[in-house]
Amino acid sequence: MVHDGTISIRVNGGHRRVVAGISVAELALELGLEPTRVAVERNLEIVPRSTLAEVRVEDGDDYEIVTFVGGG
Amino acid sequence: MADTWTVAGRTFTSRLIVGTGKYKSFEENAAAVAASGAEIVTVAVRRVNIADPGQPMLTDFIDPNKITYLPNTAGCFTAEEAIRTLRLAREAGGWELVKLEVLGEAKTLYPDMRETLRATETLVGEGFKPMVYCVDDPIAAKQLEEAGAVAIMPLGAPIGSGLGIQNRVTIRLIVEGAKVPVLVDAGVGTASDASVAMELGCDGVLMNTAIAEAKDPVTMARAMKLAVESGRLAYLAGRMGQRRYADPSSPLAGLI
Repeated sequence: MVHDGTISIRVNGGHRRVVAGISVAELALELGLEPTRVAVERNLEIVPRSTLAEVRVEDGDDYEIVTFVGGG
Repeated sequence: MADTWTVAGRTFTSRLIVGTGKYKSFEENAAAVAASGAEIVTVAVRRVNIADPGQPMLTDFIDPNKITYLPNTAGCFTAEEAIRTLRLAREAGGWELVKLEVLGEAKTLYPDMRETLRATETLVGEGFKPMVYCVDDPIAAKQLEEAGAVAIMPLGAPIGSGLGIQNRVTIRLIVEGAKVPVLVDAGVGTASDASVAMELGCDGVLMNTAIAEAKDPVTMARAMKLAVESGRLAYLAGRMGQRRYADPSSPLAGLI
């Protein structure tokens, strides 16, 4: 852990550093995403939309953030 | 009385389900959906583009409050991938009605029925209502129905091939044996193919490429709407029997 108040996580396969202590909803907003339009998986577990503002981002977390796109 | 069909307790008037892939633009996609009269569209679940989060989204053009989004697992090759995808889809959309598709190989995009059946059982156990893409095999269709599939969706021909309904016999057998809706999914190339599916007694047809890759997708969408409707009417009307030889339409009596 680097001692600059940030933690290391992965989002959609890419490495990122974010401020320690933020919620998953705040992470989505920081990424420019509207939390109500995406679904979040944290370490292979779904984060229910109703709890996005409560669940804290932790060092080493692995996130998948998805949405609906055109498809057959 | 209106001719409707019902899947997992939800009733629809349009028997045409259209995909939202391969279109040149969201505008064209939305116009094609409108012309098709479809009440359900299939959508894929993919990672959001973090590099460019502000770009337009499908939901900006096709309103999920007016058109039912049917999340699809296209591109999944194992039961686990498909289940994971649909759990995310349920969270993103908040609904249980989903389309399951577990593919066996890239070349044919034929479904892997062993994985498909396994995924169906798991999803049903978790409260999902899966409409299931499958081979045109009446026994496989029965097994899926027994596992809790809310609709059986046999292929007419390989996905994206546009070859039309290759085996009318097996599609008809699936229709006759099923107690849940049967929709041909994949293989439709042009309007007559959609009519054939409906004349065989299918409850509906799902297509994407046939509309998206037409030179004029919006006009083809309308053609498909009419084809599905006319095929359905022909099925309800009950077609004439087929004969090996001619049978005159004018009376033979009174010939001069």
